[in-house]
Amino acid sequence: MTMNAEDIIKRCEELHDDLHFTYVKDWKAARGAKAIGFMPVYVPRELIHAAGMLPVGIMGGGDNLEIIRGDAFFQSYICRIPRSTIELGLGGRLDMLDGMLFPAICDVIRNLSGMWQMMFEGKYVKYLDVPQNFGPQGRTFYASELADMARAFERISGNEITRDALNTSIALYNENRRLVAALYDLRAAAPHKVPTSDVYLLMRASNILEVSEHSEMLRDYMAAIGDIDRPVRDNVRVVVTGAFCEQPPLSLVRALEQSGCFIVDDDFVLGNRYQLKPVAVGERPMEALVEAYLGDTVATASRYEEDGDRGAYLVDQVRARRAEGVIFAAPSFCDPALLDRPMIEAVLTRENIPYTAFKYAENTGQIQVIKEQTGTFADSIKLWGVQ
Amino acid sequence: MTIQTTIQKEDSMIVQKEMIAGHFEKLAKAGETGKKVVYTFVPGNLNELIRAFDMLPVHPEVNALQSGMRKLSGGYIQEAEKSGHSEDVCAYVKSDLGMLKKGNVGPTGLPLPEPDLLLLSYTGCFTFLKWFELLKAEYGCRVVMLHIPYQAEGKITQEMRDYVTRQIEEVVVPALEEVSGKKLDRGRLEDMLASSARAEELLVDIWNSAKNKPSPIDAYFGGVFYIGPIFTAFRGLPECEDYYRMLKAEVDDRIARKQGPVTPDGEMSQQKYRIVVEGPPNWTSFRDFWKIFADEGVVMVASTYTKVGGLYESGFRHDPKRPLESLGEYCLGCYTNHSLPARVKILQDYIEDFDADGFLINSIKSCNSFSAGQLLMMREVEKRTGRAGGFIETDLVDPRYFSAANIRNRLESYFQMIDARRAGA
Repeated sequence: MTMNAEDIIKRCEELHDDLHFTYVKDWKAARGAKAIGFMPVYVPRELIHAAGMLPVGIMGGGDNLEIIRGDAFFQSYICRIPRSTIELGLGGRLDMLDGMLFPAICDVIRNLSGMWQMMFEGKYVKYLDVPQNFGPQGRTFYASELADMARAFERISGNEITRDALNTSIALYNENRRLVAALYDLRAAAPHKVPTSDVYLLMRASNILEVSEHSEMLRDYMAAIGDIDRPVRDNVRVVVTGAFCEQPPLSLVRALEQSGCFIVDDDFVLGNRYQLKPVAVGERPMEALVEAYLGDTVATASRYEEDGDRGAYLVDQVRARRAEGVIFAAPSFCDPALLDRPMIEAVLTRENIPYTAFKYAENTGQIQVIKEQTGTFADSIKLWGVQ
Repeated sequence: MTIQTTIQKEDSMIVQKEMIAGHFEKLAKAGETGKKVVYTFVPGNLNELIRAFDMLPVHPEVNALQSGMRKLSGGYIQEAEKSGHSEDVCAYVKSDLGMLKKGNVGPTGLPLPEPDLLLLSYTGCFTFLKWFELLKAEYGCRVVMLHIPYQAEGKITQEMRDYVTRQIEEVVVPALEEVSGKKLDRGRLEDMLASSARAEELLVDIWNSAKNKPSPIDAYFGGVFYIGPIFTAFRGLPECEDYYRMLKAEVDDRIARKQGPVTPDGEMSQQKYRIVVEGPPNWTSFRDFWKIFADEGVVMVASTYTKVGGLYESGFRHDPKRPLESLGEYCLGCYTNHSLPARVKILQDYIEDFDADGFLINSIKSCNSFSAGQLLMMREVEKRTGRAGGFIETDLVDPRYFSAANIRNRLESYFQMIDARRAGA
């Protein structure tokens, strides 16, 4: 039965809030299958899926998890996501995962992979060293990394990753990417009808749900949203950037909208939109995954940019979405985002695009201060426009 | 407490100072002499390759630490923060950028030349990647990426070796040829690598001298000077070998005389505690920091920071018979490119091999590569060795994060813990 938009979002919020990962446990039990967790930003989920396993995105504990043990492992100047992830692990909440992937994004996530090896012995742990050399040298290396993971996934799942199975998984994820892109386009076209809090929860649901189920959910939501009549508000159109790893609390996302901003693009749960084009289905699907990573991905802070301006991608995004400003929202102590910030601000200044910046943590409670800041930002754009 | 203002210096220190001064003079004159300049990082530096092209290296993190020692970094950091850099990120980067904004005058008071090439040896530290993106935006010059895969599983695979060697051969060497206008002289490179290996052999002997009691060296506070030539602009050059011969002779002499290392207050007479250290030192109050330990009779018998530019005791040597491969292996083997379990094992081995009373972690706010996970490392090393672990927090070059009083308080408790364990043994 097709659900209405409200029911879909309610379901997403339940998934978002469930730090016992009941869906994952049920999914595994129903099939006698395995699940592999992964940290932000990007992993080739197709490869996990093709082995008959469930990829599960782990994005920390948000603002619903009390940190009791996790803080004992990290100094005060390290971001929140590793400590809440450790808390989840030590609390047994990630026991249903049969392995964990730590993509190369920063030194904290990198070192967390080593901590995981020491703290959860016997579990498969992989630091996915995605290449920063995008030429033939990086291609060969990344192919070997994927082959290594594929062998591990076959061993864990007991299933061979055949060409057909991988092609099927790639096709399912391509369809999911197409739907995600459609949802983002829909929001940009009618942000009053598609609030970002909905989009955000739909993206968070992709971390948990099996891809076909998530695609069905996206289809249902986009079909249902047409029936909803929401008032057009006098909000400004903004792009939010910097939030690709540790995620803001849902209350913060809602506060940004309530402060007078229509978020018309963002980098929340970026793994969903990391590939810009469909991955090729065909004779050599492993090679296709490698090529997709090397050639068809978004620009983000943890990915080295060989040519062009750091921030040019963001300017294109602003233009394409007809945004009037940028909100740079980065987690405290996030090296990739915060080291990127001055370069991005320089490009935005050069391009005469207004911006504001703040830091948050996944358990930020100081929402009002941020709301006032973004509200003032929105008002200044409305009053004076682009200077 | 008044700190003595003159430092007792050994001949090797004077020689090193002259080497560094000479290098910065060459850098200052690069515009006149036509020498090309390559900015690169200490971990995974390809010094022999750069030198084989007659190019001059600049190491931004060395400039930053020198700014810290000269009490200039605080102002530089504020300059960078004024222009939008976050207080949360690496102080080395901000010190370097602040120095650039204020005229790019190097540690010897001479101006630094702009880079002709940014050789981004991306080894063991994510910040390096962003640092050179920032410098690229400042200078508008070419960047060459050399991506060094992380030893996440505690080993170097053939695929990792091939990846790095191919990058050096197919990306780095052509870029150096293009910028320098010269073809690579492989014979010259091989000669330099042979020289590097000889210097590395001497350095390992020097590190191992700390197994003596009393230890003739301080492998941390003194060690940061010992690594100067080999980790920076001189590895592969004759003067580097000469320096290590001289240093080894001084160390051998101290062993024969049963003398301790030279500290800011002169020779250390009593060695009460033998300690292994994990993490970089604080540079802004380096002498005060050292003196806190020297006053307590602490000698550092091994340290991990002095392995960021090469972990030679594991047996690695640059190899003239496999020039590019061994340069790649060198990059792969630097300390911060090792996994946390491997780093725990390194600390455990140091504690046992050097018969240490305990180990200390100096956790650096700026450096997540070192710091993230150190609290777990401490627990694990304590569990494996039964020796006491201490934990203090400072920063590299941000003076706002150095509190001598807090450090002394923590260390008092730490030394009491060691004493208690000794008494119970």
